[in-house]
Amino acid sequence: MRSLFAVAMLSGAFSLLSALLFVTLDAVDVAFTEAAVGAGISTVLMLGTMALTARFERHASHSPALPLFVVTLTGAAIIYGTLDMPNFGDPAAPVHQHVAPEYFERSPHEIGVPNVVTGILASYRGYDTMGETAVVFSAGVGVMLLLSGLRRRKRKGDPDEDTQNKGGKA
Amino acid sequence: MTEFTLSFIVGHMNYWLFTLLMMTGLYIVVDKGNLVKKIVGLNMFQTAVFMLYISMGKVTGGTAPIFPTDMNIDPEAVYSNPLPHVLILTAIVVGIATTSLGLALIVRIREEYHTIEEALIQKIELEKATREIREFGETMGGPE
Amino acid sequence: MRHHLILRVVTKLLVGMIMLFALYVQFHGDYSPGGGFQAGVIMAVAFILYGLVFSVGQVQQVLPVWLVHKLVALGVLIYAGTGVYSMLTGYAFLDYAALSPHHPSHGQHWGILLVEAGVGITVTAVMVAIHYAFVGRAPLISDEEW
Repeated sequence: MRSLFAVAMLSGAFSLLSALLFVTLDAVDVAFTEAAVGAGISTVLMLGTMALTARFERHASHSPALPLFVVTLTGAAIIYGTLDMPNFGDPAAPVHQHVAPEYFERSPHEIGVPNVVTGILASYRGYDTMGETAVVFSAGVGVMLLLSGLRRRKRKGDPDEDTQNKGGKA
Repeated sequence: MTEFTLSFIVGHMNYWLFTLLMMTGLYIVVDKGNLVKKIVGLNMFQTAVFMLYISMGKVTGGTAPIFPTDMNIDPEAVYSNPLPHVLILTAIVVGIATTSLGLALIVRIREEYHTIEEALIQKIELEKATREIREFGETMGGPE
Repeated sequence: MRHHLILRVVTKLLVGMIMLFALYVQFHGDYSPGGGFQAGVIMAVAFILYGLVFSVGQVQQVLPVWLVHKLVALGVLIYAGTGVYSMLTGYAFLDYAALSPHHPSHGQHWGILLVEAGVGITVTAVMVAIHYAFVGRAPLISDEEW
């Protein structure tokens, strides 16, 4: 597919479908986030990038043999690793034995918030969430530094110098 | 040695399908030269990892980990594991933040090289390097 | 986008509702799916939608660039400030019992509310700031080109 516009739209649709998958897997909070982020913001950002860069992909000339080989090898290694995993939905799986039951037992009287996910997110794992907020913060600062900084180096004969200077102070 | 019974295959199908999706994303990242496509592939890879995590948290017969509002919890009720949900929920938002950082880098690359194809960028870099060696090679103690 | 009449009318109707929904998700996150991350993204979507259909200039009259940049930091400061407050009052960092010493469970409610507010503010501001940064550079392309 050469048209990047179609690629952006399809990746938005993919996000929406994965949100539906998350709903069926009982992760309503995650589905909510994925639908808002994946299908909403990231599509807008992709389109914004395409408006600034290119709308079509050039034809690639190399053969796909080597990438296919690498990918197959990695996939085989991962599948070999899953052979020891418990069955899907198994209540006796190790994941469900250690921390989660404790959260279910303690959070009704310690936190008293019906949504367990919120309770864990903001209280039991408050450090974690603070780190994530800081990551979002620094990514935002990074984008601002990259895109909205003053352009110090200007090259002569730059074909899109005019368009760049217009949006220099956003 | 694991036995490949029907229940084993069905029970592990989720891991295998998500691995397939993951590898599709990886293939896009490795094979495609267009930087925007690489980012899309990376997103696909990321989403597949999220799915893998969430599918591990699922308990058969369970429901979403939200108690009734009056907090009268039915002791018989089975809830899915909320821990993967918390981890992935924050990971999605961090993912979009880092994706936008990548897209911003692509915009800057386009401004510098006037292309977002990896092959062309490499060609330009190579030309620049050869020119620099030809011009400054002598004073820097290089060839000629 | 002067000629997209339907888009403009529908956007005007929707923006208010989207913001209301974002606030609902933010403050009802304790009881139903939702929380600061989702609410922040939805709130940002309201501004981005308005900016896409009308113009960036019009959004920036409501939410100027300098304000967004301050809000980006404010959210993180609220989050970390909650932790520092609980530390100053003799509890562990981010131990919300500090906010209501006689009734630790209420303290948890307050703490979660504050922390989620911080997350929501940061996420909204970062998303809007990223969008501003991208459209601030956009070359003027006409609708026909798409």
